[in-house]
Amino acid sequence: MTEKNSINTKNKPLTAGGRLIGNLFQRIEPGAAVWFFRKDRVAMVSLIFLIMVVLLAVFAPLLTPYPEQGAGKPNITEKLNAPNRQHPLGTDNLGRDLWARILFGARTSLMIGFTVTALGAFIGTILGAMAGYFGGWVDEIIMRITDVFLAFPPLLLAIIMAAVLGPSITNTIIAITVTWWPWYARIIRGQAISVRERNYIKAAIVIGETDYTIIKRHLLPNIMTPVLVQATLDLGSAILVAAALSFIGLGTQPPTADWGVLVSDGRELLLSGRWWLSVYPGLAIFLTVTALNLMGDGVRDAADPKTRGGK
Amino acid sequence: MSRLAYLIRRLTLAIFVVIGVLTITFIVSRLVPADPARLFTGPRASKEKIEETREKFGLNKPIPTQFVSYIKNTIQGDFGISFKTKTAILTDLKIFLPATLELVILSLLLAVVIGIPIGVYSGAHWGKGLDIIGRVLTISGVSIPSFWLALILQLIFFSWLGWLPLGGRLSREFLIFEPIQHITGFNLIDAAITGHWKAWTDALIHIIMPAIVLAVYPICLISRMLRGAIIEVLTQDYVTAARASGMPEHIVLFRFALKNAIAPTLTVISLVFAYSISGSVLVEIVFNWPGLGKYITDAIINADFPVVLAVTLIVTVIYVLINLFVDLLQAVIDPRIQLD
Amino acid sequence: MGRPLLQIQDLRMVFHTPVGKLKALRGISLTVDRGQIFGIVGESGCGKTMTARAILGLVPHPGEVTEGHILYNGEDLLRLNQHEIRKFRGKRIAMIFQNPQAALNPLFTIGEQISAVMKQNRGVADIDEIIDLIKDTGLPNPEKIIKSYPHRLSGGMQQRAMIAMALSSEPELLIADEPTTALDVTIQAQILELLTKLKEEKGLTILFVTHNMGVVAETCDSVAVFYAGKVVEQGTVRDIFHSPKHPYTQGLLATLPHPGSRGKDLATIPGVVPSGFADIPGCPFASRCRYVMEICREQQPIWTETRNGSTGFSHKVVCFLHE
Repeated sequence: MTEKNSINTKNKPLTAGGRLIGNLFQRIEPGAAVWFFRKDRVAMVSLIFLIMVVLLAVFAPLLTPYPEQGAGKPNITEKLNAPNRQHPLGTDNLGRDLWARILFGARTSLMIGFTVTALGAFIGTILGAMAGYFGGWVDEIIMRITDVFLAFPPLLLAIIMAAVLGPSITNTIIAITVTWWPWYARIIRGQAISVRERNYIKAAIVIGETDYTIIKRHLLPNIMTPVLVQATLDLGSAILVAAALSFIGLGTQPPTADWGVLVSDGRELLLSGRWWLSVYPGLAIFLTVTALNLMGDGVRDAADPKTRGGK
Repeated sequence: MSRLAYLIRRLTLAIFVVIGVLTITFIVSRLVPADPARLFTGPRASKEKIEETREKFGLNKPIPTQFVSYIKNTIQGDFGISFKTKTAILTDLKIFLPATLELVILSLLLAVVIGIPIGVYSGAHWGKGLDIIGRVLTISGVSIPSFWLALILQLIFFSWLGWLPLGGRLSREFLIFEPIQHITGFNLIDAAITGHWKAWTDALIHIIMPAIVLAVYPICLISRMLRGAIIEVLTQDYVTAARASGMPEHIVLFRFALKNAIAPTLTVISLVFAYSISGSVLVEIVFNWPGLGKYITDAIINADFPVVLAVTLIVTVIYVLINLFVDLLQAVIDPRIQLD
Repeated sequence: MGRPLLQIQDLRMVFHTPVGKLKALRGISLTVDRGQIFGIVGESGCGKTMTARAILGLVPHPGEVTEGHILYNGEDLLRLNQHEIRKFRGKRIAMIFQNPQAALNPLFTIGEQISAVMKQNRGVADIDEIIDLIKDTGLPNPEKIIKSYPHRLSGGMQQRAMIAMALSSEPELLIADEPTTALDVTIQAQILELLTKLKEEKGLTILFVTHNMGVVAETCDSVAVFYAGKVVEQGTVRDIFHSPKHPYTQGLLATLPHPGSRGKDLATIPGVVPSGFADIPGCPFASRCRYVMEICREQQPIWTETRNGSTGFSHKVVCFLHE
């Protein structure tokens, strides 16, 4: 397979980001990838479902007659209603419509999940690429730091960081990102090590390009594929961890809606007959993460020629 | 490199990592804006009392000295005193650590016993009905939030069916009136050793739901990994050769193919242990299980830092040891691995 | 001569792939007598390995035998279920493979693998017998070999170990699927010598699959020539090499370099093998045959048998030229 460092087919200068995406699609051969998705109906269905979820989240305020309740405004008069015509999923202990809360919760949970994955991948990629490319003591230091972070059981580290920093959405993102980036650093480092011996890198060095340019223009685009595949697989886990932190109370704080918080809120009432308050938000998490995992599997299979055509 | 040299090298690496962990936890604990002495004495203590406490815990000394005494004490097992309960953390640990270990070990046993056959049969019948069911189940298992699953199980088995208790390790009568003698701290073992069978059954019905919830993710990981490895192994010539020499299919699968497939699966087992340790936090909260997870989350909410440090340390050390063990195990199983 | 040991009649096999049905075998028929080394020769993809696999019911997914009979001592192996065919595997029919490194389980020692097979097929694994077996295949230092893992042995030694394993249950028929292809020439010669010795000393019948005509000439007694999923010619090696009847066989033999060909271009057979997905109404070789006639493209030729005047051995060919 030819390695390219630009796919400038239309003589338009592409940004680095554009080139990255372009190389990814080159790697998984767009025609084959789309055909594969169409053949892999499961992945296709998951993708459609996810697009729907994202749209629901983005347009949340427009999709419920009670947007203020979604955002947190209580409505005590109708507290703890079972599902009925005005409130198809019932109301919570402050009378807020559950469907609205779930919609708004989608915004928070999805946002945290995406941000964490993106940040973790970003930081991990930079550090991993540096470690792999420069080798020597840069590599040693970065790898030892990674080892130490990886030595902590992941959820535990996130819990402690969240505890130390104080519970809030931003701190949750920071806490989880801190546990996330080492995996990416490892992957990228391995890739970088195998790619840095290739001839086009050596040629670039001989020409006199700076390390920064080499990494940015030649190294990175060629090692991004596994990262992107890993990131799609990771999104689901990121959302689960974020929800777990919120469930414990260390993440999103009320009155902001977040799926984990909603499950936690409903917990007290679970056994007194109002089970839907915990069950529906959790169901939202379950379905979204399942779709993400199924799609992630599909992306991974599309990008790996070995598993193509026979699963 | 000989196996011994490898062992020594991995051990030194592990020690290095543990020191790193110690350092980080120490730094983190000192970064906290609150004043530990004040936290210990409570909000209404007098200035003198606070000073006294500071003296007592050596918080006045410079940080490097504190660090050194911290390391010294930890190695000797003195984790300090919990701010909240005012008792030695070591004592608390003697109760909480076995509770968590019992849960984690049981769930891992379940995961192995259930996950391996699912993985093997899925792999052997890939593409067909059995495999499809298996894959649906495993994808769901990996995507389900454990705390939610726990709540649902409670809803079904306690609220609606009344078969299983809501939480805790034992019912009141066995906690207070007919307690189990504390030998190992593992209720299932202690009750069996002392012949206290009524308590044993009680312990069992209490542990079963949390263990199952905790086992779900590992079951799925193990069987997915194994399935992939088995599919790959079954295409190898030595499997065809084994069949050609007359071996019945179940021996080909379980004696030969499995051994070849298990190597990549072992790495999963260490991942799974990591998950279980941290996942137990969630399970312990929902089921009110008195283990490390609950201990540490309560400590975090109460700003009880010595406890947080101690638990983090213990859990991390266990995790590091497990990783080491798995690496060595892999080297033993596969004679082809070059140990460097 | 007695009843032939193995008779394959009109064996057909397809592979169900996502892009269509691949016709791997379009009607294979051959007869193997006892006590001889029978060669199956042809280029890659002609179906020789699949035929060998079909005998023991080891056709991999997504392949399927659609028609035909495989008569072993008169019993049709294709009509047996999994349980029944296991009685043949290893015990009466054994198989060795092309890549010995891949065919020996890397995680078990040679001794463990051989004794597992012995225990399975004979009930007990006697270590002295194992040592004798290993000695018989010409391996030095059997005690050390028993304790070794496959990757510690050279290619030739691995192949001998595999032969030892195959012989452990004293089979009547040994199917050798390109056993020397992955070995270098000197080792190849040794293995061929070993197989010939086994035929002579133990009366072992060997079905030898290969793409190398030189090996056939040297080692085999009879041979069947495969092309595009069919057998085109069968006879004794002597008859086939001295008077090849089928144009494909003639072409194959012409491509072998011989002393007089030095300095000249090597002969080739023009054209390509027809696609496995295509349905071929006539003779599969029609597109490349220099003697092709109208009828060759339209109809399937049938077997024509002649007997060698002096030896009485049969020489069969499937070609309109000889009908």
